[in-house]
Amino acid sequence: MIALFLRDIRLAVRAGGGFGLGLAFFLIVIVLVPFAVGPETALLARIAPGILWVGALLACLLSLDRIFALDREDGSLDLIATSPLPLEGVCAMKALSHWVTTGLPLVIAAPVLGLLMSLPSEGYLWLVVSLALGTPALSVIGTFGAALTVGIKRGGLLLSLLVLPLYVPTLIFGAEVARAGATGLAVETQLVLLAAVTCVTMALLPFASAAVLRMNLR
Amino acid sequence: MSLKVVDLGVARGGVPVLEGVNFAADPGEAVVLTGPNGVGKTTLLRTLAGLQPPYAGKIILPDAEAIAYAGHADGIKAVLSVRENLSFWARVYGHGDIQPALEGFGLIDLAERPAGNLSAGQKRRLGLARLAVTGRPIWVLDEPTVSLDKQSVAMFGAAVRRHLDGGGTAVIASHIDMGLPVRVIDMTPFRARASVSRQYDEAFL
Repeated sequence: MIALFLRDIRLAVRAGGGFGLGLAFFLIVIVLVPFAVGPETALLARIAPGILWVGALLACLLSLDRIFALDREDGSLDLIATSPLPLEGVCAMKALSHWVTTGLPLVIAAPVLGLLMSLPSEGYLWLVVSLALGTPALSVIGTFGAALTVGIKRGGLLLSLLVLPLYVPTLIFGAEVARAGATGLAVETQLVLLAAVTCVTMALLPFASAAVLRMNLR
Repeated sequence: MSLKVVDLGVARGGVPVLEGVNFAADPGEAVVLTGPNGVGKTTLLRTLAGLQPPYAGKIILPDAEAIAYAGHADGIKAVLSVRENLSFWARVYGHGDIQPALEGFGLIDLAERPAGNLSAGQKRRLGLARLAVTGRPIWVLDEPTVSLDKQSVAMFGAAVRRHLDGGGTAVIASHIDMGLPVRVIDMTPFRARASVSRQYDEAFL
């Protein structure tokens, strides 16, 4: 299981692995928004939490179809499925390595990009907390979507359509935490709900992903 | 470790392709499946490997984790080296030593090369070397000799022979003579009658 995780990380950082893809996309979106909206600090500060969250979510979405499609194309998915690894564990590991290569860099880069969006100083902590808590859910849900569409060639569009509605609760509560934090309001309720969404998806979706993967491998 | 197939029926996309297949493979024995393209050899092997359920009959195995499967694709990662590819599978199957497998398939000199730079035949050899690190007693191989030259076929034949001598079993779909004492089973007589089964849920997909 650890071997699979290490292999996926190694594949991601080697040439053509798409490690920087999500991060670069996030960077581009956040750098371009102030140009498009105009140099009004007050307006930018108000929309900053939302824009940062939408940017992070779309950046996550970008690399989802790589989770299983590459292993499917070269036949390793069949071989992994017939190996001693439980498929549920494989799905959990795939989600984890997706988070480490996509979600974690976004969490780390977000405060720097918050500066570009003139995020109020009290907002930084809650922005990072909300992203750190919410992006694992994005990876786990995304892995489920990738498992659903694994048999389909160039299934990226279908994958996005399937996954986007499932991302909405995480986006609402995550952006709400960041927004309330930036305006100095209480964040507990939203934070607990965001954590709940993440916990439930992490507990249940690997099993669902493994089940649909078994169907798709037939 | 013996494999027994009783009255097995396999289906592809809800359409039965083979029916009433019976054979047994005992330790030290290799069974070669032949038949024209599209007769259902791959589907049968995928069913044996547990990638899809049989729609009729039974597969009797000594234990659930006895089979090592090798399909048409080798499952090789182009950006990893030969050694990295092989040691990943060795770790998945819980066996540390990949040296015998590298030697057995003539990959020693290629060990540090990125797998993407290998020729088709060398890739195939790397894919087959994976079998040696699985440590599993029953090999299920789908057209293992595709893109191998004469020398590599002999190398592969020797590896299968070592496996059989060690009490292993192999089920191979192939048309090439590998220089092994094998039992050949033609799949043509087991072809299913052309009808869509109404009991099978995938018939509606």
